[in-house]
Amino acid sequence: MRRSNNILFRTDWISVGLYLLLVFLGWINIYAAIYNDDHHSIFDLSQRYGKQLIWILAALVLSIMVFLIDSKFYSFFAYFLYGIAIFLLITVLLFGKEINGARSWFQLGSFHLQPSEFAKIASCLALAKYLSSYNLKLKTLKSSIVVLTIIFLPSLLITIQPDMGSAMVFIILILVAYREGFSEMFLVVGVMLGVLFFLSLLIDQFLILVILEGLVLLIFWIRSRNTKKALLASLMIVIPAGILFLLADREVLVLNRYSIILLGLAFAIPFYLVHAYRKKLQYIYLILIFLAGSVGFTYSVDYVFNNVLKPHQQHRVNILLGIESDPLGIGYNVAQSKIAIGSGGLTGKGFLQGTQTKFDFVPEQSTDFIFCTVGEEWGFLGTSTVILLFLFLLTRLIFLAERQRSDFSRIYGYGVVAILFFHFAVNIGMTIGLLPVIGIPLPFFSYGGSSLWAFTILLFIFLRLDASRMELLR
Amino acid sequence: MNPYAGRKYVIGGIIILTGIIFIIRLFLIQVVESSYKSTAESNARRVEIQYPARGLIYDRNGEILVYNEAAYDLMINPSITGSFDTVDFCRILDIPRQEVIERIGSARKYSLYKPSIFMRQISSMTYAIMQEKLYKFPGFFVQPRTLRKYPRDIAAHALGYVGEVNDRDIEEDPFYIMGDYIGVSGIEKSYENILRGEKGRKIYLVDVHNRIKGSYQGGRADRRTEVGRNVVSTLDADLQEYGESLMGKFAGSIVAIEPETGEVLALITAPAYRPSLLVGRVRSDNFRSLSEDTLKPWFNRALMAFYTPGSTFKTVNGLIGLQERVIHYGSEFYCDLGFHMSGYSVACHMHDSPLDFRGAVKNSCNAYFNHVYRNILNDTKFDRVSEAYMNWRRHVLSFGFGNTLDTDFVNELSGFVPEDIYYDNIYGKGHWNFLTVRSLSIGQGELGITPIQMANLSATIANRGYYYTPHVIKEIEGGEIDERFYERHYTSVDSAHFEAVADGMEGVVNEAGGTAWRARVSHFTICGKTGTAENPQGEDHSIFIAFAPKYEPKIAIAVYVEHGGFGNIWASPIAGLMAEKYLYDSISRPWMEEYVLKGERLDLE
Repeated sequence: MRRSNNILFRTDWISVGLYLLLVFLGWINIYAAIYNDDHHSIFDLSQRYGKQLIWILAALVLSIMVFLIDSKFYSFFAYFLYGIAIFLLITVLLFGKEINGARSWFQLGSFHLQPSEFAKIASCLALAKYLSSYNLKLKTLKSSIVVLTIIFLPSLLITIQPDMGSAMVFIILILVAYREGFSEMFLVVGVMLGVLFFLSLLIDQFLILVILEGLVLLIFWIRSRNTKKALLASLMIVIPAGILFLLADREVLVLNRYSIILLGLAFAIPFYLVHAYRKKLQYIYLILIFLAGSVGFTYSVDYVFNNVLKPHQQHRVNILLGIESDPLGIGYNVAQSKIAIGSGGLTGKGFLQGTQTKFDFVPEQSTDFIFCTVGEEWGFLGTSTVILLFLFLLTRLIFLAERQRSDFSRIYGYGVVAILFFHFAVNIGMTIGLLPVIGIPLPFFSYGGSSLWAFTILLFIFLRLDASRMELLR
Repeated sequence: MNPYAGRKYVIGGIIILTGIIFIIRLFLIQVVESSYKSTAESNARRVEIQYPARGLIYDRNGEILVYNEAAYDLMINPSITGSFDTVDFCRILDIPRQEVIERIGSARKYSLYKPSIFMRQISSMTYAIMQEKLYKFPGFFVQPRTLRKYPRDIAAHALGYVGEVNDRDIEEDPFYIMGDYIGVSGIEKSYENILRGEKGRKIYLVDVHNRIKGSYQGGRADRRTEVGRNVVSTLDADLQEYGESLMGKFAGSIVAIEPETGEVLALITAPAYRPSLLVGRVRSDNFRSLSEDTLKPWFNRALMAFYTPGSTFKTVNGLIGLQERVIHYGSEFYCDLGFHMSGYSVACHMHDSPLDFRGAVKNSCNAYFNHVYRNILNDTKFDRVSEAYMNWRRHVLSFGFGNTLDTDFVNELSGFVPEDIYYDNIYGKGHWNFLTVRSLSIGQGELGITPIQMANLSATIANRGYYYTPHVIKEIEGGEIDERFYERHYTSVDSAHFEAVADGMEGVVNEAGGTAWRARVSHFTICGKTGTAENPQGEDHSIFIAFAPKYEPKIAIAVYVEHGGFGNIWASPIAGLMAEKYLYDSISRPWMEEYVLKGERLDLE
């Protein structure tokens, strides 16, 4: 009894309050987004707002359950939970129910479960567990590989579903590793991978390859501070590529321009390697690894997209990326979303007075585009309030993470911050046209049981850890 | 202490920076930029314009000249159009797939969110099929319209036509929006404000699929449709149709006026076109071919053609002479097969000589009216010829020449009666005299008179000295015609002098030696005056003005037959037939009717 009192006393009620506020705001905005006169009660269980209330109540029960479990459990079973998550991600590919061309759901009766949501939690736990292990040398190649594997294994499995939005979330966990001493390089690489991912789908492979080679040469030039060498290195690619181009142009050889550039590169690489070996220039290896990795990455993204995905899945990915959107052409969703938000003005149209969201001009208005309802009905005051609430929660969580004695708790806390931040940034960035359309929910706001529960568990595990921060965890 | 603790500021910084960027962005979108508001409104609002039926036009006897028939425009709202079954769609509309794509393309070009016409005036059959399948073609809807219909297909120039508004119309009157119809000419144009009615408007809130979700502001912004008001025209449909058939072989014009009211009984321009040619989908083709026609069927000769009046103008000069007391009824002048003076001569035909005023009118003696005009211009009351000339001109203008009559036709032209300056500029001030302008004495020379002005002259003589402004509408539903049409316009010539002219005109038609025996109808008295207008394009124009009966006249008429020769060849028989048709609704001289309809010239002097 004393102990539970203790926990309650140590619980960060500010975070809990922010959580409840956001969930409540989300609920009434879902109500407004799809409100119709036939079902005007917010408790109408046939409607999404009624259902969301059930999800919310269940989430509260879940949060209490999370608190009842001993904090040591999460640390102790971190790898085990991660293993389960990976297992579920594999089984969902085999036995999952296909919805909208993606195999990301388990259906148990009328109940839907999205394992990718729980994989986020498990990855946070596993990452925290690994990074907090005793005597870990983060700078070693082995530990880097383990960290990246923990992060990208679930991401890869989710990509296959395909649910690009959820898969990309994991990239943000690099931020956690960074906090724990990972090189800045990983942040840069993380951002690069994100950019590359889009580029590989949005623009021509050939162009990406040219850009990458240019980038690599640029890095080499900056690093070596030797213009002559850099020029020479460029010529090593350009000359053979140029010859091949001329041959292909005269139809002596049958080569497309992508392979021409690639062959030019292949010709130059042995010279680079010899040069690196002779002069003992480690960084050249790194640059070449980066180049090979990038090329491989873009190629595999393209390969998976074109050869593994079925047409309807490709279609969905294209919609996701805004390459192909609904009948009105590229950018319709974003345009409508901006119109809805922009039309709210300073103070908004008032609760239930929005037309853009209610009348379906905005797509997915209760899930991914829920922020539009906030913008339309509550105006700039509403949107900036929501943003400030999120900033408050995130900085509060950073503060909580930093006060942990246990590395595990701190690292996990950063994992929570990173994942919430990613969703917040990408979701809102998408609705206001700063980022491409990637279908991921706004934490605590968007309609949907799976995501609400996952965010709730994610957050409350950390609050539970925080409540027992006086105990030392390993 | 964790060596990387400082990195929490980097992470916190990234988060806060993101938040700040978002807030700035939202401030720009929501507070600074205002266009999203209107876009959102047009997104969710569907304005349904309800077009009123256009007012009907009746003839003076209550017969319908113009009515409406329902037509349907297939509209498209490109922002809602999705993929649909083009095969079925093309089959219903009977157009190739390529055209569908092109039409959608041009609609998108016009506006993505505003509806525009996809295909105009689909038939009611197509409409019926379309209406049932409309749910399959998102973004398409049908806009009911009305098309003008003409039971007798006559009086194209008088009735005018309706057409789609152009940019200027929209700019000038906010009533109109793209795709609206407006009266372009004739009655349709002059009475546009009465005929058009008031458009109704219903504003709905719609969802993205254009499904109605409720009324906008509880219907407070809606407007009721008011049907266009009907008008009764002064035209007599039978007379109009008859006149058009008489002019079938000719170019020219007939204008008939009821003298005691100024009501236009018939307004005929030949060649004419059938008004139904300018309605519906055939319109643009016909529009082009009519425009290319060398006989200019577009040209509303009755109101716009400047003709010289020829000898019909002798009536005016005679009246002015009498008014200015430079002649009197008994004045006689010799005619030696013409007028010869100072080496100039004007030919005249064989007739008794000398003649008095009545005889001169009856015989249309050129010499006589040369004398009259010389006396007018050389009147010793005036110091200079130009003063006498301007005094003459003042009288002429009082008959309604040289200016528009201010009728209710919008495209009426003013005609031309030169001022003294005109001759000053040609000959030099003080360097011209009667001889210089002597052609005016017999209605040739620099005069430009429109057929409606000539008919008005005829009405003025019929009324013995005054006219009512000619007009084509006599009743307006729920309104009054303009007061100016009730006002008598007296000429500057005393009414007493007109009887002599009427007497002369009686002789022209009804007496041996009169110039217009072909107008003669035995059972009533037509008074008329022939005219023959020389013109540079070819043979003289055949002209006749007339009124009937002589006392309490019911119809005044002017007939122009271009290149028809002497007045008595075509114009006078036409006038006679018109008068009889109007007064008795029967024709006692079928052979004369046949002669005119055949249009083959016979000189039966």
